Amino acid sequence: MSTESVQPVEDFRLRAREWLAENMPRLEDRDASLDDPENDDASWARTKELQRKLWDGGFAGIGFPREYGGLGLTREHQRAFSAESAPYEMPLRINVPTLAICAATILDMGSEQQKRDRIGGALRGDELMVQFLSEPRGGSDLAGVTTKAERDGDVWILNGAKIWSSGAYAADYGLCLVRTDWSVPKHAGLTMFLVPVKAPGVTIRRIRQVNGSTEFCEEFFDDVMLPADAVVGEVNGGWAVASRQLYWERTAMGGGSPYISGVGRGIASAADQPLQALARAVGRVDDPKVRELIGESRANHLVQDHLVRRVMAGLAGGHLPGPSASMTRLFHAETDWRDSDIRLEIAGGAAVTGPVGDHGPGQVGEFFLNRQAGSLGGGSTEMARNVISERVLGMPREYAADRDVPFNQVEQGRA
Amino acid sequence: MDFELTPDQKLFRATTKKFLDTEVPLSTVRELSTGPHGFARDWWTRGAELGWTALLVPEEQGGGSVSDAGLLDLLIVAEEMGRLVSPGPLLPVNVVLSALVEAGGHESTVESLMAGETIGTWAVYEPGSGWTPDDPSVTATPTDDGWTLSGVKDRVEAAEAADLFLVTVRAPEGLTQFLVPADAPGLRVEPSWSLDLVRRFGELHLDDVQVPATALVGRLGAAAPLVDRQRLIASVLQSAETAGAVDRVLEFTIAWAFDRYSFGRPLASYQALKHRFADMKTWLEACHGIVSAAGRAVQDRSGDAAELVAAAASYVGSKATDIIQDCVQLHGGIGVTWEHDLHLYLRRATVNRALYGTPEEHRRALADLVIASEGVSA
Ligand SMILES: Cc1cc2nc3c(=O)[nH]c(=O)nc-3n(C[C@H](O)[C@H](O)[C@H](O)COP(=O)(O)OP(=O)(O)OC[C@H]3O[C@@H](n4cnc5c(N)ncnc54)[C@H](O)[C@@H]3O)c2cc1C
Repeated sequence: MSTESVQPVEDFRLRAREWLAENMPRLEDRDASLDDPENDDASWARTKELQRKLWDGGFAGIGFPREYGGLGLTREHQRAFSAESAPYEMPLRINVPTLAICAATILDMGSEQQKRDRIGGALRGDELMVQFLSEPRGGSDLAGVTTKAERDGDVWILNGAKIWSSGAYAADYGLCLVRTDWSVPKHAGLTMFLVPVKAPGVTIRRIRQVNGSTEFCEEFFDDVMLPADAVVGEVNGGWAVASRQLYWERTAMGGGSPYISGVGRGIASAADQPLQALARAVGRVDDPKVRELIGESRANHLVQDHLVRRVMAGLAGGHLPGPSASMTRLFHAETDWRDSDIRLEIAGGAAVTGPVGDHGPGQVGEFFLNRQAGSLGGGSTEMARNVISERVLGMPREYAADRDVPFNQVEQGRA
Repeated sequence: MDFELTPDQKLFRATTKKFLDTEVPLSTVRELSTGPHGFARDWWTRGAELGWTALLVPEEQGGGSVSDAGLLDLLIVAEEMGRLVSPGPLLPVNVVLSALVEAGGHESTVESLMAGETIGTWAVYEPGSGWTPDDPSVTATPTDDGWTLSGVKDRVEAAEAADLFLVTVRAPEGLTQFLVPADAPGLRVEPSWSLDLVRRFGELHLDDVQVPATALVGRLGAAAPLVDRQRLIASVLQSAETAGAVDRVLEFTIAWAFDRYSFGRPLASYQALKHRFADMKTWLEACHGIVSAAGRAVQDRSGDAAELVAAAASYVGSKATDIIQDCVQLHGGIGVTWEHDLHLYLRRATVNRALYGTPEEHRRALADLVIASEGVSA
């Protein structure tokens, strides 16, 4: 154990305040063209550049242990820094999934070398990570993946395809869940690998989303060679790693991650504009119906906040079973979903047509097209409902045709 | 309520629950529905002995709380009463008590309200208007030795049973409140019908009612902060009661889902129904979360109390009826019978949704707060 004393939070806050003022660019000077999906590459380059600034200034990885490049400080230090950083341009896009999900999983489950290399690389702003979980054959049934790795002497040979990975084209490493043993039931034959995204045999194709974003990708693996030390955790012990990863994903989605630095999502969009500003833009801020909608949204966010606190307290005190965190996931999606509808209701006709060149409230309509993304990414709300009914309320489990069946005997369907 | 209660609060909850279970089970609630007041006065006095009327009154005045946070203790009672759709003027009496304690004076009235001997209620709504407590049209005009009150109040809770009314009026000096005894000349109570079987209301007609100077609560024209506090307390109490009702309904509906079979398997095994239970469970936890937060904020008089109470009242108010209606659906035909208890809960939740501010009114109030705070920070 280290005997040096931890810097008091308030000292840290003041030091951060001074450093931020001297070193980080102000938010109002930010290049707004980086929000345009067309400029996504430039946006990622900017993220790495800013992360490097944090690293050089000694403010990267506040919650990560020192031996892996972090500062080894507490959640309170992290919160203080986030609050101080609000007026500045920050590398927010590195938070999810690189730091809060992938690096967190490696910290819990990876080898010593992986922790040093990957966490350090991310904190320095040199590397980004991505999640290779979902497959074209299905994401909800995550343990049913069919991308495979076969052992060939000292190396593993990877073949298959992954899909819906956010930001893979910009990433350096992917946490990739694959099947390594087909003769056992599905959860028992999985292994997690760290796959270098630019390795020979990896092909990445970008997928365009309905709102124009091209962040989504699909990947094809053709005889990709992976060294033995690319395995995260144990061979055939991949489900444990994936479970940890899903835990960190839920934590990041629900707003409880200790590894997120700064506030916001890193790309400004109509979805982030305050509702009253939207109402004003369309001249309806005094309409009582519009005010009801603004109030409803505010209420939902306050309720969400206190549901999260209640669930966290219930888990900590043992009053709620572990899977209860799925309630925050579900509520989060519902709040987002309702906000998207409320924006559409407020914007009215301005959400779907308007003067050429002035896109303004029209972004609301475009965001609406992508409304379900928040109910699917990070696991669908239907899966969250299954977890709540089965593991919180104790209702009978859904029938699974593949339970206890060796995976090579499981029917794979047509899609 | 919070998961963690103090040992004293746990005991208090248990005593309250036991008393309600034995004294006013749902069969009794049904019987009371045909009586005059929806509750028996001697029963209320015994509730007062259990402490239900003392929690908002400071110790110097003979009151006292269980946990040093009297409102939070009171929310425990409200929640337990919601779980059994209990009768009793818990909300009206405590709102009047809070007003008198805040304003000072009226010591003997505080004492008899606390003892359960007197029943007081807040006359605040007016015919044809929504939830606008600070904009009454009932007037007070000065006389030589007091005031004359004129106008009509409606949706007055426990009006027929009440011995005195806390009437919110417009005086020449501004918003003012008076304590008016039920037998004051010129005062007439007309009973209203009520969707709730035991929670009753009435219309209060004030035809040149003369009240003495001592009837004034607080200072002339300075009732606004008192009224603000009364509305916070009323809303949060009512929200806690509703949350308690939903808690109980979901509890027995989930049990039903395990017991009731169709096509050889329990309802609880059908995904279409499991998903709805998952939603309802999530919403219920959200209701408890926001009610606790609002209660704490009102207790601590923190700056965000108005915002949290409006969030609680609008969310709980509207979700409760959604949930209970869904529980009726999940019960099938039995759910829409008079015999089944569901309608008792649906009645209570529907009344609570509509009073002390509808969800829509609370949402508009929230928007005002959002827009006002933006003005400050901009
Ligand atoms: C914005 C976004 C970002 C994402 N980022 C990533 C990423 O970075 N990396 C990654 O690997 N994946 C990512 N995903 C993929 C995501 O995890 C999957 O979309 C999700 O798990 C659902 O899987 P699926 O799309 O294959 O749908 P399917 O599994 O095919 O499901 C289709 C529908 O059927 C429902 N369904 C399926 N099974 C059941 C069941 N047993 N009971 C009830 N309903 C069921 C689902 O809920 C859904 O509505 C992302 C998705 C989105 C939308």
